[in-house]
This record gives sequence, structure tokens and C-alpha cells, in this order.
Amino acid sequence: MTWTSDRSPTCPERAAIERTFRAEWGRLLSLLVARTRRLDLAEDALSEAFARASDRWPGKGVPADPAGWLYATAYRHIVGRLRAEAIAGRKAPLLAVRPGWVPPDESSEVLADDRLQLILLCCHPALPSESRSGLALRLVMGTPTEQIARLFLIPPATMAARLTRAKKKIVLAGIPLGAPLADELRARLDEVCRTIYLAFTAGYTPGSGPDLLRADLAGDAVRLAALLHELVPDAPQAQAMLALLVLQHSRRDARQRDGRLVTLADQDRSRWHHDEIRIGLGVAAGVQPGEGYAEELRLQALIAAEHARAPTAAATDWIAIADHYAGLEALTGSAIVRLNRAVAVAEARGPRAGLALLSGLDDLLPGSHRLAAVRADLAHRAGDVDAARASYRQAIELCANEAERAHLTGRLRALGASS
Amino acid sequence: MKYFVLLAGNGELPPWDELPADELETLMGRFGAFDEACAARPGVELLGGEPLGDGSTATTLRTRGGEMTITDGPFAEAAEQIGGYYLLDAPDLDTVIELCRVLPAYDMDIRPVPDMP
Repeated sequence: MTWTSDRSPTCPERAAIERTFRAEWGRLLSLLVARTRRLDLAEDALSEAFARASDRWPGKGVPADPAGWLYATAYRHIVGRLRAEAIAGRKAPLLAVRPGWVPPDESSEVLADDRLQLILLCCHPALPSESRSGLALRLVMGTPTEQIARLFLIPPATMAARLTRAKKKIVLAGIPLGAPLADELRARLDEVCRTIYLAFTAGYTPGSGPDLLRADLAGDAVRLAALLHELVPDAPQAQAMLALLVLQHSRRDARQRDGRLVTLADQDRSRWHHDEIRIGLGVAAGVQPGEGYAEELRLQALIAAEHARAPTAAATDWIAIADHYAGLEALTGSAIVRLNRAVAVAEARGPRAGLALLSGLDDLLPGSHRLAAVRADLAHRAGDVDAARASYRQAIELCANEAERAHLTGRLRALGASS
Repeated sequence: MKYFVLLAGNGELPPWDELPADELETLMGRFGAFDEACAARPGVELLGGEPLGDGSTATTLRTRGGEMTITDGPFAEAAEQIGGYYLLDAPDLDTVIELCRVLPAYDMDIRPVPDMP
């Protein structure tokens, strides 16, 4: 599907296709899957329908009901394939469905929304966790496989093979379509949120090589989070995750300058998307304290909210942030959280208080350039330049990302030659 | 769809010949409860299920280059742990997972049994 890579449509019909793709792909695919119970055919057929639209619409105009046109075109395509299979005597297995499952109403004027079912299918715990995020982006958001591969920093062929295996497992293992039982839904939603969060962070985690940010792709994960919140508005984990993602994503344009990573403190806050921050703060404020993963997400959202509402880096309420991190550490016992908490505590109570929290982390985070970089910065601020220099050297040695390494090298150089 | 459930490993449980009598009774009760849960669930049929002798009693057959060799089993380290199995017909994986929660807390592997063409 070459046309989706054209993100700057030149004619109104192409713009309409792009818009319809963004808005309708997931809903159309979920309906086709529910109606035919053929995951493989449905995905192919919908891609084919969009390809036909990009052939026809520019000449013949956009149909009155673009989504309806795409649905009908894709459905006809599937029927044709089913007929060919029947003639060839091939019988492919159908997607399993839960007992009592009812297919979507076809007589209705308005197309039903089965996207939650599709999301739950993609995020089933029986699927390998490294496949779930990619599959959700592919099936629910329509993100092209090559772009998902780019997001997760793996070759496109590897990602394609992963997605194919995951889809096969869904069908052959009998992972069913149909809402899980109520008590199961909560646990499944945690899984869904983890999956979406993983896709989002993949977009913001500098890996190796010069590709610093894949923020555009992370945007698909934010839209997926918004969709989940829309589908299950009373689920606290979905609400907290949406707040967290919107707030983090609002800083995307300020995160790099001239190909270099800009730390939160140095970001030009006028380049933050303040309209999105208002939305994120509103959602974050509505999340009730809870437990488990939902609470973890809520605390993270509150931390992101403190950063987002500070007009300048100096005006940040680090005491509140340090408190939220303490809560998060008590909840998760995570070494990464401890590291972040140390940074916040250093801001709230001085670098030596932060350094004290780093003790013992070397064993828990072996080979972490981030730990070395934080230690270097805090040592520098505490006046211990020699220790800062040694830690910067260690961080530079451990860091795999070019842009981040350049940043660390600059910090080391700023300390001057060793005395 | 047909599913094969392999009960492997003791999970959090001690081996059953080391269990005190009352706990063994609880354990057996859970197997009974599983039978009942399967019988009560529409669309589910228990087709078979047996405990198996432990790994040290296994015999492994391998055919290489047309020659069958017979050796002391089991063929894989994990197979050492296999203690029993169930074969059941169920509408979907989630139904099987839910039913397996009734069983003692063994480690389990669920495999679909493909229809032979």
C-alpha cells in the first residue's frame, strides 16, 4: 500500500482517502472480521478496497458514503475469494467465537463498532507480547507493516513474519472473537493498555542509529488509546493511559533540535502542543485513585501533568513529582522508577539526596547508560567534577544511540579537561 | 475445536505422593470439579484424560535415516515433568483456559488438535 506513505495528499480525493483511512480502517476491518470470521481475507480485502479507492476516486469523485463504499467493495472481494476457495475444495478454518456471540447487525443503517473486539483479539495474553503491539497497530489502526517494523527497530520481513505467525495462532489456537466475561475484561484491559503503551514508548525510545524519534508513529498509539477510552470510558486504566500518552506526546516537537535530543529542562515550551496539554490535564484530573496497573498509569499521568503544567522548567513542582515517584516505586519496586525518583528528589532536595537513592542500582540496572548519565549529572551538580567525568565516560561507552551519545559527549566536554 | 491439555510441572504444588492425605483429597477434588465444570459447560465435551507415568518410565523412539532407535526417555527435559493430560472439545481457547483454572495449579500447555484433512 504505497499511498499511505504519501502523508501530504495533493488532491481532495486523496485527502478524503487518507481521512477515511485514519477514521474508518479499524471499524471497517472489525466489521469484516466479525461478518466473515476470516482474519486473513478481511485484511487483504480491505487493503484492496483502499487501493481501488485511490485508483477510482480521483477520477470519478468521492462516493457519498465513503466508508460504505469501502465496506461493500471489500466484502465483495472476500465473497469472491471464498467462492474461489470453495471451487478449489479448500476449507480454511474460521475465527473462533465465544458461545453466545452474535454477529453485528447488517440491517442497521449505521455500521456497528466492533473495534474493541478486534483490540482484545490482538492483545490476547496467549499471543507473544512482542507481537501484540504490532498486530494492534496493523489491524486496528491500519499502520503499514514497514512502519511498524521501523517503530520497533526490526527489519520489515521480521515484523511481517511475526504478524503472520500471530494471526495464524489466533485462528489455529481458537482465540475467540466476542467480549470476554465481565470479570476477565479488567485483566484483559491491563494487557491491552500495556500493549498500547509499548507501541507508544517504542516511538520515543531512541534505540540505535540516527533515527532519534518516531513520533509520527507514536501518534498511532495515542489514537489507539483514545479509541480504547472511547469504547470503555469507565475503565480507569484506559483513562489514565490516555492522559499519560496525550501529555507525553504533546512535547514531541520540542524533543529534538538539529537532530539532537533536547532534555525536558531545555525544551522550548512554546513548541509544546498546549491544546493537547489542556485535554490531557482534563483527563488526568478525572482518574480516580485505584490499584494495580491502573494506579501505576495514574501516577505516571500525574507526573506528566506536573511537567506539562509548569510554565518554565524552574517552576516545576518537583516535590509533588518526587512524591508520585515514591508511590510508583512502592507499587512497582522497579529500578527504573527508582532512577527517575532519584532525579526528582535531586531537584526537590538537592543532588546529594538524589545520589543517595542511586546506591544499589548498579546491580539492578547493569550496563545502563542512563544510570551513569544521571550519576554524572548529579555528581557535577554536587561539585564532584572528577566523579562526573568518570560517569559521563561510562555513559558514553554504554550508549548505543548516536544522537544521545553526542549529547553526553557535549556534557563531558563542557566539564573541561581533567585536572 | 479439539484441545489437548498437558499437565506439566508441579507448579506451586509438591509432588502428589508427598502430599498429606487431606491435601491429596483436596487435589483429587479439583480433578472431580474439572470434570463437573466441563460437563456443565455447553459446547464442551471431555473426550479423555489420564495421569501418566513419570518421565523416568518413558521410552523414546526416534527414526533417523530409516532406522528406528529405542532409548530411555523422555525425549526432552521438559517432558520429564509431564504428569497427565486431558483431551476435550471446546468452542474456543478462552473457554479451555477458564476451565483449567478449576484444576490443581499445575503448569499446563494447551494445544489445539488440528482437523486432519
